[in-house]
Amino acid sequence: MTATTPDQSAAPATSALRCEGLSKSFGDLQAVKNVSFHIERGETYGLLGPNGAGKTTTISMVCGVLARDEGEVLVDGQSMSSGSVDVKSLIGYVPQDLAIYPDLTASENMRFFARLYGLSRNDANSRIDEVLDTIGLSDRAGDLVKTYSGGMKRRLNIGLGMLHRPKLLILDEPTVGVDPQSRNAILENVDQLSGEGMAVLYTTHYMEEAERLCDRVGIIDEGELKAEGTRRELVSLVGEHDRIQIEGAGDLEAGVAAVRDLPAVREASVAGQVISLIVNEARNTLPELLSTITGTGVQVRSIDVAEPDLEAVFLHLTGKALRD
Amino acid sequence: MLRVAVAIAMKDLRQRLRDRSAIILALVVPFALTFIFSQSLSDVTGGEVTFDYAIADLDGGSASQGFIGALRELEQEDVVSLRIATTREQAINLAGEGDVQASFVIPADFSEAVATNEAVMIEVFGNADAPIGTTVAESMAERFLQEVRAVQASIATAAGNLAEPDFDALATRAAEFPNPITVEDVSASRKELDANTFYAAGMAVFFLFFTVQFGVTGLLEERRDGTMRRLLVAPAPRSAILLGKLLTGFVLGVVSTAILAVLSTFLLDADWGSGVGVGILIVAGVIAAVSITALVASFANSVEQAGSALGIIALVFGALGGSFFPVSQAGGFIQQVSLITPHSWFLRGLSELQSGGEVVDIWPSVLALLVFTAVTAAIASRRLGKAVQA
Ligand SMILES: Nc1ncnc2c1ncn2[C@@H]1O[C@H](COP(=O)(O)OP(=O)(O)OP(=O)(O)O)[C@@H](O)[C@H]1O
Ligand SMILES: [Mg+2]
Repeated sequence: MTATTPDQSAAPATSALRCEGLSKSFGDLQAVKNVSFHIERGETYGLLGPNGAGKTTTISMVCGVLARDEGEVLVDGQSMSSGSVDVKSLIGYVPQDLAIYPDLTASENMRFFARLYGLSRNDANSRIDEVLDTIGLSDRAGDLVKTYSGGMKRRLNIGLGMLHRPKLLILDEPTVGVDPQSRNAILENVDQLSGEGMAVLYTTHYMEEAERLCDRVGIIDEGELKAEGTRRELVSLVGEHDRIQIEGAGDLEAGVAAVRDLPAVREASVAGQVISLIVNEARNTLPELLSTITGTGVQVRSIDVAEPDLEAVFLHLTGKALRD
Repeated sequence: MLRVAVAIAMKDLRQRLRDRSAIILALVVPFALTFIFSQSLSDVTGGEVTFDYAIADLDGGSASQGFIGALRELEQEDVVSLRIATTREQAINLAGEGDVQASFVIPADFSEAVATNEAVMIEVFGNADAPIGTTVAESMAERFLQEVRAVQASIATAAGNLAEPDFDALATRAAEFPNPITVEDVSASRKELDANTFYAAGMAVFFLFFTVQFGVTGLLEERRDGTMRRLLVAPAPRSAILLGKLLTGFVLGVVSTAILAVLSTFLLDADWGSGVGVGILIVAGVIAAVSITALVASFANSVEQAGSALGIIALVFGALGGSFFPVSQAGGFIQQVSLITPHSWFLRGLSELQSGGEVVDIWPSVLALLVFTAVTAAIASRRLGKAVQA
């Protein structure tokens, strides 16, 4: 293990998680190549990448399940290794594949893991009730898990990871195979937890989830972290621009002529009742844009802003689509 | 560390208790088999093992009467049931066809040979399917001949060249001499043959090797079911996970064997001997079984692989070790080989206790079981470190 000193300028030393130069090979296959990122408290960080990108492998090294070939993992400033018991208690982990005991009830599953994490009996009982409520399984808590539906099992799988109030919650594609309703509930749970100050590491190959949930996203492919940043940072990386469509009435040509001179506007055209614009940073330009257009007497009926999404970013970075 | 191990063991035990097949394998099947074996055996023997012998007394003299008298005494004790054959051929046929387990033939000049100080012999013909009965018959005849030789020697010294041997006196002396064959002598070689205890213990130790598997194969199950990842992420050293699994096997083994001992004592009239001694033996037997299964499981990549490997080991050890028939009575090669199984040591210790032995008498067995434990655990611990992974 090579201990690299954390780069103090990039983030405070006590980031919830700092990974430096993580690498892992399976035989000839280099599954993870020199991956570095950090997550602050209360921040939700997404690892977005297609099947086989190395997400689970990265996470396994972060959790200490898998020995890393190279690199360093600091959780709350402490180095992680398979033997570091104290560090491990800071982490909550939701494996990609269900990791629950089907021949126990949800309560029994929870009580077992509460004991592993050293929760006192009282604390465990109240915490179990709390989590069961959060994941919406209070009614079925006494039933054997093997009688649950797939989505219910998924929710329990997630609940077990947050039981001991970890500082860092790691979820590995928790919504795969879950109906839209349960998926929504899960995403809301995660959102709520990060609102409570928990740092979250979330892997997914669903662009929508990463966009909706994550403060920052790392795009990973073939074991390499291709780029990372906020959604906007990533999108601007692509060099693509927002498309705005304004439906209006009045002298649309005059309106277009007026906005064409604004510095953020790249392109402007009219087709029927619709003005189409290509702009830099629609969010920032939109107020000025609208006031300029309405200033020419055009009545605006609807506005449609289409930002390039992470899908486009992924395409740009890797030359292939995120999903097959 | 211990907290985690105990938590894992308790979780596992809960799972195993819920799983009917574990209970069936650990308790129901061994008890049922013990019951069946003991029933079928007592149907034939009326609950006790009796040796069926035939004797052809071609001599008819007082010396041969001494031997027959001794056998008749054993008949009174229900140890032997004796049939009289009139010819050598008839005696041989009775044994050969399995009507009796063995036949004695006392040659025509037996009494005279005794009196004239010549070499004496009694022929013993055994049935091949009754090795124990034959062995016992041989030892009876041998015992008697030893006594006769002692009498011959004393007569030769005391009476010098006695012209006319006094057969009556000789027979009396032969009979008086420390009784040639006593019930105690024979029951000493019968001490492992208390059928119900033998089968109860044999089945208990045989199925023990299946029961304790439910501990260490749990490692492979957790890997298969993905829950090992969660255990590995939890704040616990890997050794605690391993310890938890071994603990599960230990508890399952001790509890199921103890229950079988109690059940067979009360329901089948088995007699396991002193409680403390039995307790020590069970604990020693169980930890040996746990380490051996741990070693085997450490070579397996899947639950199924471990299951079949352990099944084979359990069968071979069970057969060699005397779970199904009393190997210790077979003698020779098999008996030597049986020493490599924990089963034989466990059963040997138990037979010591059953025949009134104290705790000190089972130390050799306990020591042997601990040696099995030490050797297998040493190898298994190296290998199982690797098994605790996702
Ligand atoms: N134990 C292993 N042995 C050999 N190769 C492995 C192992 N685990 C992962 N790999 C390989 O490493 C690469 C990355 O796998 P990983 O599971 O990290 O991908 P992922 O991003 O989690 O994919 P998915 O979205 O499908 O879960 C893959 O090519 C995979 O085949
Ligand atoms: Mg994965």
